[in-house]
Amino acid sequence: MSANYEPNIVAFLCNWCSYAGADLAGTSRVQYPSNVQIIRVMCTGRVNPLYVVNALQQGADGVLVSGCHPGDCHYMEGNYFARRRLGMLKDLLEFVGVDSRRFHMSWVSASEGHKWKEVVEKTVEDAREAGPFEGFRRRQIDW
Amino acid sequence: MIEKPKIGVYICHCGINISSTVDVETVEEYALKLPNVEVARTYSYMCSDPGQALIKEDIKEHDLNRIIVASCSPRMHEPTFRKAIQEAGLNPYFLEMANIREQCSWVHQDMEEATAKAKKLITASVAKVRLLEALESTEVDAEPAALVIGAGIAGIQAALDIADAGFKTYLVEKTPSVGGRMAQLDKTFPPLDCSACILTPKMVDCASHPNIELLSYSEVEEINGYIGNFDVKVRKKARYVDFDKCTGCGDCATECRVADRFPSEFDEGMGKRSAIYLPFPQAVPAKYTIDPEHCLYLKRGKCGKGPKCQEVCGAGAINFEQEDEFVEFKVGAIIVAPGFDPFDPSRKPEYGYDDYPNVITGMEMERLVSASGPTGGKVLINNGEEEIEPKEVAFIKCVGSRDESVGNEYCSRVCCMYTAKQAHLIREKLPDAKIRIYYMDVRAFGKGYEEFYDRVRRENVRYIRGNPSEIFKRGNKLVVKVEDTLNSRPLEDEVDMVVLGVGLEPRAEMRQVMDLLRLSQSGDRFFLEAHPKLRPVDTATDGVYLAGCCQGPKDIPDTVAQAKGAASSAMIPLARGKVTIDAQVAEVNEATCRGCGFCVEICPYSAIEMVTVNRFGHEIEVARVNEALCKGCGSCSAACLSDSIQPKSFRDRQILPQIAALGVMK
Repeated sequence: MSANYEPNIVAFLCNWCSYAGADLAGTSRVQYPSNVQIIRVMCTGRVNPLYVVNALQQGADGVLVSGCHPGDCHYMEGNYFARRRLGMLKDLLEFVGVDSRRFHMSWVSASEGHKWKEVVEKTVEDAREAGPFEGFRRRQIDW
Repeated sequence: MIEKPKIGVYICHCGINISSTVDVETVEEYALKLPNVEVARTYSYMCSDPGQALIKEDIKEHDLNRIIVASCSPRMHEPTFRKAIQEAGLNPYFLEMANIREQCSWVHQDMEEATAKAKKLITASVAKVRLLEALESTEVDAEPAALVIGAGIAGIQAALDIADAGFKTYLVEKTPSVGGRMAQLDKTFPPLDCSACILTPKMVDCASHPNIELLSYSEVEEINGYIGNFDVKVRKKARYVDFDKCTGCGDCATECRVADRFPSEFDEGMGKRSAIYLPFPQAVPAKYTIDPEHCLYLKRGKCGKGPKCQEVCGAGAINFEQEDEFVEFKVGAIIVAPGFDPFDPSRKPEYGYDDYPNVITGMEMERLVSASGPTGGKVLINNGEEEIEPKEVAFIKCVGSRDESVGNEYCSRVCCMYTAKQAHLIREKLPDAKIRIYYMDVRAFGKGYEEFYDRVRRENVRYIRGNPSEIFKRGNKLVVKVEDTLNSRPLEDEVDMVVLGVGLEPRAEMRQVMDLLRLSQSGDRFFLEAHPKLRPVDTATDGVYLAGCCQGPKDIPDTVAQAKGAASSAMIPLARGKVTIDAQVAEVNEATCRGCGFCVEICPYSAIEMVTVNRFGHEIEVARVNEALCKGCGSCSAACLSDSIQPKSFRDRQILPQIAALGVMK
């Protein structure tokens, strides 16, 4: 691993809380690492666990899923579904030998711009420590 | 036949907000090389008229059929650009926004890094936009009625405005009377209007208005549906008094066996009330209520030889058999106005609120100076033997505001002025009293406020800059320990009475309302508005609006202004009579649906149902989405075993290329 290795991270954020929280971080001019690329979904309940696997297959070194705090879901219970599904996925990933530092879930509300920064820093730091991901055979989609 | 995508990429400078950290020219060159991109341009402000015109002209000239705007957050300007491309004849959903401001240029300082990230985000947008489908939004009828939760001044004003405009309005109030906090106040700061005198006419109006259905002593139990079509269920709590029979004479309260035994909520616990009570003389509706917590008959099943109230009530209105009732109705818009709680000074034990009876809150002072209050408007303290007039009164400001130690960093906005007003009222009643106000800063920001503050200072009220550290007792006196920070001198001032200028906090019951309506809180725990500047009365839930202190501390003029704003916003769907249902809903591919019903179980809105279809002579069950109920969250999709149910614009086949684009671009 080269000293200036920068992990590539794909993040799935729900529109109502975490995406708005990330927007607030911007409005508040909070500075954080640029490694995280955000994909907006309406709810973390939309995040099919296969998306996470897919991202790792496509070349991401880490994946982050972030939504509303439990109990605050804009769609009432979507984040509960996400918590269950992705909790299982985390165990599964570990079981198949994926470093647990590559996959994170967090709850960031629309008013937590500063928490978003912390979450990004932690995710990037963990993925950096875990190093480039070469665990899965690449199945690149030719988009 | 699927037409070949022809994409236009529009990169906004946003003045220098984006272009100072993202090299927009390089990004433009890069974008032109991406697959299917026909046009890429940069412009100083894409959202401006000329910026939008640029996009529209290109759509026509280059026959573009997909548009990417790389600028601010889609939460900001997605509707703007959707409208723009629609005006140019394109389906509004053929748009994707790359958020290169809030999530790129504003959060990264390094030009190289930010430019690289902007490129990635645009690449991902290109990957997605090619596969977006044309969507049509539908319109449904909106119920021409509104629900207002909370009948303080905010709720009353909002309800009156909507009702005056000719719409049915349901005003739900938790306590037995409308009026809220404002009814408790004595005078309002400038111009010293009597609070009750200006409020009671409005209270009466809202009870007698033909378009307002006042549901006092009631709570909202359930709200389902969406803008234009909310189904509301309200619990009308049992008053144990027949609403129609009660004449409000009050004989029951005088004769009650436990008359004047319990702290009156309206008098902040300083006055007493009976178990059957009217919260205050001007209460609306003027109907008595039995408090089941304290009524002997309701608590123990026995009240002397029989309940006294029942005996004396000439109208025969007392009914111990009464039970909670439920009312259900439909509304098109909802205004939330639950108000605030005053800060509980027990949380600052150094001020001795729990230990010394002569340390009181601003709210208690309001009742004390009020002619209808427990002392008939006399400012009195108890010196251990008798009630006497205090000679020295101290006010402490910012109690529970601007104070990280209690978790409230915000300024409560009213305390500076209400302490000044109370100092003035005490000066009127006690011309020789020594009055001191301990302050951190004086914020007299409103119309006529600074002038009022000056007037109070000229009335021999001393302002001392310092935040007291402690209040303790020395003999019969209270000692305020403070450093006068302008003179750098420690002081121990002996006074007879201390008034704590307590701040405003979100109501303890806010959680219930949040859960009912899926609202969010901001960092200060008040309700979060849709945009702090431009949408201060809207929420993230369409059709739900905020009024008053639930959104943040406010004085009365600001509260009334916001209530009127909320009312006018709420009337938009009501007056139009129609609401547009978002087109980004889920859709089932009936050819692949295996009819397992997982999606039906998971849908939080019960928007999916199983229907029987005929497949080559076989009756099979498949899922079907009710588009009016679906909110497009997509939880069903992640649960589907055959990828048959998919939210439009967020389909697997639209998101997976996005992931791929971000992955390969290391």
